[in-house]
Amino acid sequence: MLLADAATQAAAGWSWNPLTDIDLMWSYPFMVNAFRAGTVIAVLAAAVGWFVVLRRQTFAAHTLALVGFPGASGAVLLGISAGIGYFAFCVTAAVVLALLPRAGGLRGPGGSPGGSHEGEESALTGTVQAFLLACGFLFVALYKGFLGGVNALLFGSFLGITDSQVTLLAAVAVVVLAVLAAIGRPLLFASVDEAVARARGVRTKLLSTAFLMLLGAATAEASQITGSLLVFALLVMPAATAQVLSPRPAVSLLLAVVIALAVTWLGLTAACFSVYPVGFYVTTFAFGAYVLAKLATQARPILRRAVTA
Amino acid sequence: MTLTIPAQSRTPVGEPVLELRDATMRVAGRTLWSGVRLDLGAAEFTAVLGPNGVGKSTLLKAVLGLQPLASGEIRILGAPPGQSGPRVGYLPQRRSFDANLRIRGTDIVGLGLDGDRWGVPFPRPARFSAKRRAARARIAEVIELVGATAYADRPIGQCSGGEQQRLLIAQALVRRPELLLLDEPLDSLDLPNQAAVAALIGRICREEGLSVVMVAHDVNPILAYLDRVVYLAEGGAATGTPQQVITSETLTRLYGTPVEVLRTSDGRLVVVGTPEPPARHTDRHDASAAPEGTGHAAG
Repeated sequence: MLLADAATQAAAGWSWNPLTDIDLMWSYPFMVNAFRAGTVIAVLAAAVGWFVVLRRQTFAAHTLALVGFPGASGAVLLGISAGIGYFAFCVTAAVVLALLPRAGGLRGPGGSPGGSHEGEESALTGTVQAFLLACGFLFVALYKGFLGGVNALLFGSFLGITDSQVTLLAAVAVVVLAVLAAIGRPLLFASVDEAVARARGVRTKLLSTAFLMLLGAATAEASQITGSLLVFALLVMPAATAQVLSPRPAVSLLLAVVIALAVTWLGLTAACFSVYPVGFYVTTFAFGAYVLAKLATQARPILRRAVTA
Repeated sequence: MTLTIPAQSRTPVGEPVLELRDATMRVAGRTLWSGVRLDLGAAEFTAVLGPNGVGKSTLLKAVLGLQPLASGEIRILGAPPGQSGPRVGYLPQRRSFDANLRIRGTDIVGLGLDGDRWGVPFPRPARFSAKRRAARARIAEVIELVGATAYADRPIGQCSGGEQQRLLIAQALVRRPELLLLDEPLDSLDLPNQAAVAALIGRICREEGLSVVMVAHDVNPILAYLDRVVYLAEGGAATGTPQQVITSETLTRLYGTPVEVLRTSDGRLVVVGTPEPPARHTDRHDASAAPEGTGHAAG
């Protein structure tokens, strides 16, 4: 495959001079598109993910991501772009989750996640998830000529992103971010304090459904860089890290976006200059950031004590 | 069965803040309470008492307009329920916040001010907006009022139960309501915190001229601050001052079975022999329901 060859060539070209390295990397059009797509996806996933972490909806995000896999592989089998498959399946699954009673991380009274995933519901979701994963696997097997198919769809790939795909990703991201900006404050209220928000006339059910749609779209986007199984690298890890670092909403949301951008750019660069996959790098950098943030908050009181002593 | 004893302690100033006229609540064909009459004036503190499952929280929901009455009438500040907007503050029954919730107490209080408005959840910097400065000043003021300034910038999940409850009271107060509805705010607090939060509510009620209706499991922590009690029993209700209602005679008539109210040497009330209404397992108090029928602090 041409792109893979180009990537291998680039891997040989690491010079330790950032400017020449970036020049070399961006001399490949597919790398430029990977950065464009990665930037769009990182911003979107961090913003939506910030609410996912706050609302304790990682289970819903995981479900949507897994549903994206048969969508993408089915689309490829039918000869359409994998991106379309991700969007179609993730957003449809979000609608289904919203319709299921008590699904999608609805909480008990008072906004704390009380008995959010009852046995029956998670068993049902698990059953459907497994079946859909198996369907995805079948679609990949039926499409015999699909290079590195399963790996790319499950664990991410940055190769072969076209201009029109970048445009689609950007358009979806703009719509999702605009809706998120419009509903942000009542959504935050409903996320931390559902009972009070409802008593104050906030339409918590409607917001919860709307948010699942946004989550479906964001998951579909994130899957296109990190693959279905590693979406948390962009959807959960940056937001979780940011919330560890600051309890101020504005600060932690900004931090989440910065971290997501940093791990995406670093991950793409590392993947470009080495033979290992992008999903591994993005996830590892995001994990590293989380561990550092945790260590920093643990160390802070100790350091303070050491300074005052 | 209904007993209404005219309140003698305080006369309402101006229009009543809250009026209940023979209010009756029926849920799934069962009459929870009936004939509830109440005239609540400004700066008056009322407790809603009664056995578990009798529909104390439902009374607050009816006042909020979330649950319609079977018969009778409720008027809040001269209007039907559900139309008073920011003039009514509400603190629902709750468990505590998740310990990992990384949002500051200040932000929780701020959501009480504008959380129902569309838009980005982050205010513009205060120096660019007079409105924002006013909002910030109000949030700081109300946090000061409940004595939560020291921990308002900590993530709320890391605050103790008493601290969280103070911040939530601040949230309910931030829009300067004239009527505050509290659903078991002392629940799940330890005894010193129960006394402290009760004193806080009593003080705010007097100093801010705010009327308070509080659903309570145990009347004793708030007894010193109360102007009125509404005692609900299956099918009936009694309203009046605590001295009038929480007596052996009134409760015996209300329940139609011998009930004795004992006063301990330190002034606490103990109700003995209250019949337990049919168990409703939707009520989250199931676990703590046991002591009430046998001999327990009134409420």
